[in-house]
Amino acid sequence: MRNTTRLGLSTALALVIGASAAFADNVKIAFIDPLSGPFASTGTNGLHQYEFAAEELVNKQGGVLGGDKFEIVAFDNKISPKESLIQLQVAIDQGIRYIAQGNSSGVANALTEAIDKHNKRNPDDRVLFLNYSAVDPALTNDKCNFWHFRFDANADIKMDALTDIIAQDDGIKKVYIIGQDYSFGKAVAAAAEKFLGEKRPDIEIVGNELHPIGKVKDFTPYARKIVSSGADAMITGNWGADMVGLGKSVLENGYTGPIYTYYAAADGITAAFGAAGDGSLRLVSEGQQNPPASERAENYVKAFKAKYPDGNVSQSRITNVIEMLAKAINEAGTATDVVKVGMALEGMEHDSLWGGKIFMRPQDHQAIQDVHIFAHTKVEYDYDNSGYGMLTESTVEMAAMDSPTTCEMKRP
Amino acid sequence: MDLVLVNLIDGLVTGLLLFMLSAGLTLIFSMMGVLNFAHASFYMLGAYFAYQISLFLGFWVGLLVAPIIVGIAGAGVERYGLRRVHQYGHVPELIFTFGLALLIEEVVQFIWGKSQMAYEIPEVLEFTAFAIAGNSIPAYKIFMIFMSVAIFIVLLYVLTRTRVGMIIQAALSYPKTVEALGHNVPLVFMGVFGVGTALAGVAGVIAGPVLGTFPGMAVVLGSIVFVTIVIGGLGSLWGALVASLLIGWITTFAKSYNIEMANILTGIGISPPENMDESMFRDLWTVTSPQIADILPYILMVLILVFRPYGLFGKRDA
Repeated sequence: MRNTTRLGLSTALALVIGASAAFADNVKIAFIDPLSGPFASTGTNGLHQYEFAAEELVNKQGGVLGGDKFEIVAFDNKISPKESLIQLQVAIDQGIRYIAQGNSSGVANALTEAIDKHNKRNPDDRVLFLNYSAVDPALTNDKCNFWHFRFDANADIKMDALTDIIAQDDGIKKVYIIGQDYSFGKAVAAAAEKFLGEKRPDIEIVGNELHPIGKVKDFTPYARKIVSSGADAMITGNWGADMVGLGKSVLENGYTGPIYTYYAAADGITAAFGAAGDGSLRLVSEGQQNPPASERAENYVKAFKAKYPDGNVSQSRITNVIEMLAKAINEAGTATDVVKVGMALEGMEHDSLWGGKIFMRPQDHQAIQDVHIFAHTKVEYDYDNSGYGMLTESTVEMAAMDSPTTCEMKRP
Repeated sequence: MDLVLVNLIDGLVTGLLLFMLSAGLTLIFSMMGVLNFAHASFYMLGAYFAYQISLFLGFWVGLLVAPIIVGIAGAGVERYGLRRVHQYGHVPELIFTFGLALLIEEVVQFIWGKSQMAYEIPEVLEFTAFAIAGNSIPAYKIFMIFMSVAIFIVLLYVLTRTRVGMIIQAALSYPKTVEALGHNVPLVFMGVFGVGTALAGVAGVIAGPVLGTFPGMAVVLGSIVFVTIVIGGLGSLWGALVASLLIGWITTFAKSYNIEMANILTGIGISPPENMDESMFRDLWTVTSPQIADILPYILMVLILVFRPYGLFGKRDA
């Protein structure tokens, strides 16, 4: 009798503990990105998109593993690789298994290396790295590892898609390439030269130039050179104030061709261009919003704007990160064994909220997806409440599906 | 040849814009003997105020009202800030204006955020005035030229031909004597500081739509304004004008033409190193003029300081 009671009690206790563990265990995702300093607006907007995606797409749908909720824990890395590594350690010490980061490939390179080392040395508390924006091709080539997953199309894939579109346009005979004088600007220029040379050797590159990053007051002299070079199209990887300055200057000074860009949208840029950019500005990216892919996507954007009237759903891939992670955790049946979750993510095919499929390529953990060329024009779902936004002009389906990779994936 | 004309016009626009900033700064310097580090911040304030006003009342009201608000703010800073710090000497004054610059930038970010503002050229001026060989000159640039030239003429007239100007000039050189003659010298100082900052405000209003209205706009222009007044000669209006135009043209032409260092070096008879990748002078050989365009004014400043320390038009030793 006594024994039975004891057994019963301990069983009950075990059940209670087990149950509370099952219900109270949030799946925490560390968001390590700049939340102060010059890039704070980008970081904060990204954080809002993560929180919103976790709430709408996972928690309101009943969570993962039958009830566990996603929780986003924010860490400010001030866009410094050194600070990021400290925050990574803090996150790991808090028992967080999923690290999300995107702004700056410099930070991503530091994180992926640190996470690889950490996972080797501490097989009991390994973590996964969900890279949602850092586009340095090396991350899924020479520097790839099992723990790193990239959800954005990398710089080469984007340039590949962009040059596909340029190659189809017989009107383009002369191209001008201009960018900021640092690793990313140089990578864009090199990729543009390479792909254009392969696809349209007849296109003449009439200018290939770098300008100091963040220091140019007036882009007029650059604009004059571009106009007088007779370029039919220009390509730039510029972002932030350099993008607005360059774009507005060439348009004011008589350039009428297309301006192909990577980052000329949201965070005030769309509003700054307004009517001036209509008809010229193009952007290569994933995740279309106009026309909306589905009613679900439409409602998602509306709900986001209702909660954050000044925000933009500018990094649509964040919903893919959240949905695919939730799916992988459910498939693996665990949120703590990240090897199983990683295995489930590998090769996963996912129907994106924004239309099209996402395929997480197993050999290098690069998400293969539709890459679109957007035109800056008047749209229903705008950026910066400006009436202007990104309208899908052309699409490269599953861009760079068969592209080579130098990655030699070592699985645990 | 056509491009030369276009570049002359572009350089003129850049130079005149720089002049509006440096004119105020150089006036304030000759008056108080202190460099106002926050000067470019008033330029930024001008752009932001005008943007805010233009949302409700249009560009032209902004052009009229924003500089006045900036001027009043500047006068307030002199009256309640600088004048109190003045008794402790120049270094505290310098630190005060430096802190003010940081403060203004943070306040601007706090109110308007870190993104670029959609401050636009007025629709009336949104057309191409004329085109030279495919390079269009926007009407707005012509407007900028006229604005700055008009301001220069008015300023010159007031300072040299009117009674107010005489008192200001006298107060600059002999404040004690002017005070003894019954003039309110502190008021003159406050007025000059207000007008100087208002000029920076005007520059902000008309430059905001073309150069962008964002929290970094003051930092980008801040140092070059000091370079301008050092080259021109501290306290000299003509010097500020000449130095501004000089800088405007130098940077514009350096950026427009890809002059390669390699050509210059071979031109003066130095042969390129055999193996460029291993040469220690590789950077020197591969540099092009657009890359160094923005540091040319600083090089010019160093040369001026070496050979003519009081600047092109300066009267006294800085």
